[in-house]
Amino acid sequence: MTRLTRCSAAELAARIHAQDITAVEVTRTHLDRIAAVDPALHAFLHLDGPAALAAAAAVDDGLRRGDPPASPLAGVPLALKDVFTTVDMPTTCGSRMLQGWWPPYDATVTRKLRAAGVVIVGKTNMDEFAMGSSTENSAYGPTRNPWDLDRVPGGSGGGSAAAVAAFEVPLAIGTDTGGSIRQPSAVTGTVGVKPTYGGVSRYGLVAFSSSLDQGGPVARTVLDAALLHEVIGGYDPLDSTSIDAPVPPVVQAARAGATGDLTGIRVGVVSQFRGDGYQPGVRRAFEVAVSRLRELGADIVEVSCPSFDHALPAYYLIAPSECSSNLARFDGMRYGLRVGDDGGRSAEEVMSLTREAGFGPEVKRRIMLGTYALSAGYYDAYYGQAQKVRTLIIRDFAAAFDQVDVLVSPTTPTTAFRIGERVDDPMAMYLSDLCTIPANLAGNAALSVPAGLSDDDGLPVGLQVMAPALADDRAYRVAAAYEAARDDADGGPLVQRVPDLEVAAR
Amino acid sequence: MPTISRDEVAHLARLARLAVTEEELDLFAGQLEVILTSVARVGEVAAADIPPTSHAVGLTDVFRADVPRPGLTQQQALSGAYATEDGRFRVPRILDES
Repeated sequence: MTRLTRCSAAELAARIHAQDITAVEVTRTHLDRIAAVDPALHAFLHLDGPAALAAAAAVDDGLRRGDPPASPLAGVPLALKDVFTTVDMPTTCGSRMLQGWWPPYDATVTRKLRAAGVVIVGKTNMDEFAMGSSTENSAYGPTRNPWDLDRVPGGSGGGSAAAVAAFEVPLAIGTDTGGSIRQPSAVTGTVGVKPTYGGVSRYGLVAFSSSLDQGGPVARTVLDAALLHEVIGGYDPLDSTSIDAPVPPVVQAARAGATGDLTGIRVGVVSQFRGDGYQPGVRRAFEVAVSRLRELGADIVEVSCPSFDHALPAYYLIAPSECSSNLARFDGMRYGLRVGDDGGRSAEEVMSLTREAGFGPEVKRRIMLGTYALSAGYYDAYYGQAQKVRTLIIRDFAAAFDQVDVLVSPTTPTTAFRIGERVDDPMAMYLSDLCTIPANLAGNAALSVPAGLSDDDGLPVGLQVMAPALADDRAYRVAAAYEAARDDADGGPLVQRVPDLEVAAR
Repeated sequence: MPTISRDEVAHLARLARLAVTEEELDLFAGQLEVILTSVARVGEVAAADIPPTSHAVGLTDVFRADVPRPGLTQQQALSGAYATEDGRFRVPRILDES
């Protein structure tokens, strides 16, 4: 029998709901796994075993009484990125600024997970305030990639991706502002989805760049991601940018896709995201993935999206600009850190000292960059021009989706890089987000599905599938078909080949 | 090619309420220069007649029924405060004169 930690969320839920195993047993097994491997991995910033077991016991009690499960994922353990507020656990956003902060309210995502009977075991590590592509910007130390402990798990949601890849939990929640769900998923061999902007509530998601931030699922299979997507998605009156429309039928699409037929589906390969600058092994894995889509019956065409070449610079103006405004709230007055309040200093001095002590270098860089881009004299050349590029990117997507159903590209140009390799070179770090950023700027749906291992270093590669806004189901269908074909060809899911960490941990 | 001086970075830090150190000024001036040079590429795009997009999804006014909804209690609102007094946030003096 497959070890419980190796099971998919869908399998675990089915067995829990059939009362073949208890949710308590499932949770305890995962907590044991976390205790064994997290010292080597550092995916979690906070764990609450007793609360998780109590939540699992409540699911078991309901099932014993004969109540129907609260959701298709009731009883399944999950790790929550530490950027969503939780009343029963701290919420630090990977920052010293919020060390030990216990929010007075739950995020909508948190509330929906609880209501669905999903067992939240803890909060995962992340780049400070979700700014970064390696999780090295966490004030609490980096998370390591379970495929190679000397390498980064991507970022900002490296904790969530590593926890899922290392079988600590079958499910996690991430947030994706410029690729922070998809890029970590690509480099850890997991499935990560950025839903359509507005598809998952941002209420209680600590804001970095409000017009780009989007929560979404992390899982080991496309179906698991879809099941989680339906639990957390949907209209929320507490988020004024929430879309008042039904969640796209992503579970149905994942199941349909798994039958392995993509006949008549038009897939566009983005010409801007291939060629030089991509690790050769990533390029080859991507080409193999595209041929597999063709074998499944998809029509493959090359599509040019010329404005995508300017997505990265536009993003690194828009996101820092919004960040400089959003992070002004961390002023040391009402919650969080306060430094230098000696009775003599003014509020303004205390504020400056607090922010200096509370923020790490990347957050400071982005705040200053945003302050610069928004200042008089530079606004039109930087922020204003970036907003126009954003319009052009939306138009490129619209034109592309007139010709094709989905677009594909590598998720990120390289496999996982070494810890420390890019920390002193912000621009090199930013390039990790090259292929993921356009979907954030345009607000459409996009996901990363594992596309084998790079033949030059043996590390996971991600296939990005992008779909129009509110057509998230299309990306799921294509990804599920691809996943089934890949597993057939490889003799099993890619993630099952992750090195066994219990050995590595010793 | 944009150039950003150490003094400009110090000014930005003041505007952003960051009491940065001398070493940070040296580090950030160099790094911001590299980043700004790269992001300035947005200027290559001929976009004079292109409308700006602030938000990917069209923003519309959002209304709700005019009924009271519970908010945080005073105790909850103060729960994360560094210092409180008489049920309020206690903050440092806001004026320069002591």
